[in-house]
Amino acid sequence: METITIDAANLHYTPLNIKIRELIRQGKKRIVLNNICGQRFIGNGIRGDDIEIVINGVPGGDLGMFMSGPTLIVHGNCDHAPGNTMDSGKIVIHGSAGDATAHSMRGGEVFVRDDIGYRGGIHMKEYHGKRPVLVVGGKAGSFIGEYMAGGLLIVLGIDRNTPVRGKGIGSGIHGGKIIIRGDVDENLLGIGAKKEPLSGEDMEDLEKYLKEYCRLFEHDFEDLSGSFYTKIIPASSRPFAGKYCWE
Amino acid sequence: MSTGATPSKYRIKVDHDQCMLCERCIDNCSYGVFRREGQKIAVDSHKCTACHRCIAMCPRDAIELEEKPNDYRSHPVWTREAREAIYKQANSGQIILSGMGNALDYPIIFDRLVLDACQVTNPSIDPLREPMELRTYLGKKPRQIVLDRTKKGDYDLKTKLSPNLMLETPVMIGHMSYGAISLNAQLSMAKAVSELGTFMGTGEGGLHKDLYPYQNHMIVQVASGRFGVDINYLERGSAIEIKIGQGAKPGIGGHLPGEKVEEDVSKTRMIPLHSDAISPAPHHDIYSIEDLAQLVRSLKEATEWKKPVFVKIAAVHNVAAIAAGIARSSADAVVIDGFRGGTGAAPRVFRDHVGIPIEAAIAAVDEKLRHQGIRNEVSLIASGGIRDSADLTKAIALGADAVYIGTAALIAMGCRVCGSCYRGLCPWGIATQRPELVSRINPDEASKNVANLIKGWTLELAELMGAAGINSLESLRGNRDRLRGYMLDEEMMKVLDVKMIGA
Ligand code: SF4
Ligand code: SF4
Repeated sequence: METITIDAANLHYTPLNIKIRELIRQGKKRIVLNNICGQRFIGNGIRGDDIEIVINGVPGGDLGMFMSGPTLIVHGNCDHAPGNTMDSGKIVIHGSAGDATAHSMRGGEVFVRDDIGYRGGIHMKEYHGKRPVLVVGGKAGSFIGEYMAGGLLIVLGIDRNTPVRGKGIGSGIHGGKIIIRGDVDENLLGIGAKKEPLSGEDMEDLEKYLKEYCRLFEHDFEDLSGSFYTKIIPASSRPFAGKYCWE
Repeated sequence: MSTGATPSKYRIKVDHDQCMLCERCIDNCSYGVFRREGQKIAVDSHKCTACHRCIAMCPRDAIELEEKPNDYRSHPVWTREAREAIYKQANSGQIILSGMGNALDYPIIFDRLVLDACQVTNPSIDPLREPMELRTYLGKKPRQIVLDRTKKGDYDLKTKLSPNLMLETPVMIGHMSYGAISLNAQLSMAKAVSELGTFMGTGEGGLHKDLYPYQNHMIVQVASGRFGVDINYLERGSAIEIKIGQGAKPGIGGHLPGEKVEEDVSKTRMIPLHSDAISPAPHHDIYSIEDLAQLVRSLKEATEWKKPVFVKIAAVHNVAAIAAGIARSSADAVVIDGFRGGTGAAPRVFRDHVGIPIEAAIAAVDEKLRHQGIRNEVSLIASGGIRDSADLTKAIALGADAVYIGTAALIAMGCRVCGSCYRGLCPWGIATQRPELVSRINPDEASKNVANLIKGWTLELAELMGAAGINSLESLRGNRDRLRGYMLDEEMMKVLDVKMIGA
């Protein structure tokens, strides 16, 4: 496959994104961006299931926002909200990502090798064939999966003393599920979230993404597959029913 | 319940001498007030919401509605509303939900501002004879333009202009989502704005495919729930609006109950059938003005800088400073929604007590932006309780570029402001998803009503401007010299920057 390389040193994000779009329009399928240093909005709103963009460096915020189809592979860390409101496609981050990773994501997959900041996977939602998946290899900050309305969120805590640092896991969750490696202290759960053991179906679901994580980041599958996992789901699909009365 | 039942809010009476037993009232009342008992129509007044559907449909004028038929002992502090709210909460322990806009008796500033007209020294303009420029453009205006003279002696514009929306009249229809209101209601308004050359908002409910033919007149909304938002939606809209807050419930999110999320609503919002659609209070990717700038630019990048991006906030205490921040975020317009703004459902305490009136907010924002030299960076759209062309004209004279109407457009389709939208049983087919009720609106007819309303206001605006000797909207905007305060206190007039009558 033909690979086009762009040297992004000192290039502002708008001309960079214009270039990327132009290449996609010309039918290019594989683009490598070198010397990325803080350029935001890379891949925003681009389409095409067969497009692959390799990002060498540290992209700025909202990587792949509204993206529909392509795969972004980042060799470096990510800033605020990669995968924000993403529609479909895949983001693979060989490093850590900032706050609000996979915010409001409605489809596709985000794999983060290491840690993410606060509010990961907030308000992810699913509809019909679209189911967003966020897999975090390291640990996540507070409020993970808050207001989650669908999808799957996995936190592995590999080489970390705890997979989730902070509280408010799944507060207001009303759809989807969160799977965390190890046990989770009841006190860390947000209002409206509850713990449950994994069913056989959950295990299958989990294994599929563990395998993919291990393939992407060359991790030993046995290291993960033998662990204990906790599932966190909504206590009710209507967290706000019962809060209101009519005038 | 130790509190006992509270009295009916309304009493319905059927004049049995007039009644011809056609049963239209039974068919039309979606709340089940009427039933047939032998040779009589019997009623259950307790269920009535005063929507007036029965009265409007009764061919014999046989139905009478009385508000508050049972008096409490009158008391200036412990009003009926205060007492009834206590009974309600004593029995439920819940938050009281209410519909439509602020229902407290605050003075309306618009009604204490009077407009000017020409007499003798400068002649008024007859809009029949002279052209009136009512067209307006929303979006960034360049601080200066650079022209290049060509060899032929023409001029080429060198400055790159930002995308603007062209409005033939400064009246747009604000964001009321599919889900909160029916598709037929949205369709009627979309037809009207398309015909008139103005715009309407989609609300946070996605864009139903039946509205695609009108997409060049639709402003798509991105709110904290991101419902129905994908790249296709963003590309379809003529502009994109980020909703931070709304005048009827500043500071809190929204919540469409699962019962209203039926097949088509679920498809348009892209959420499962009958699941609650919860919009969190903040956008969780916006915790600062820098984050807002990031979302504004992200939307622009995603749509290749072809669409204006608006930011809507509720009018709150520091509205001017917030608007100035928004003006620096690359946004093209700031929408300010005053505390009289309507809604399908809001906690009563928010609807009635949080936020400030739109009149003061327009004046404060316009002034702040002018003082900071950034008024050209954003257009100012005002909303929240605009009732007629007088409010419209005064809003523009205070500094707005255009207004959004909401409730007024619904009233044009039959809404009686009964305030029960959250029940989902709107007998006028507006705030409901029930097919048998929705079909009560014929979009071809209702669109004419909405268009007529905006036409009427536009004619009146032109007349008012002509009378004041003004022939273009540009010259009316922020022209506070054409306003005078009547029975407003000095401090208020300072905020509005208007003089007292007689001065
Ligand atoms: S709810 Fe409406 S239709 Fe029913 S009785 Fe009352 S006013 Fe008439
Ligand atoms: S839209 Fe319908 S339910 Fe809402 S106030 Fe108007 S008439 Fe009543």
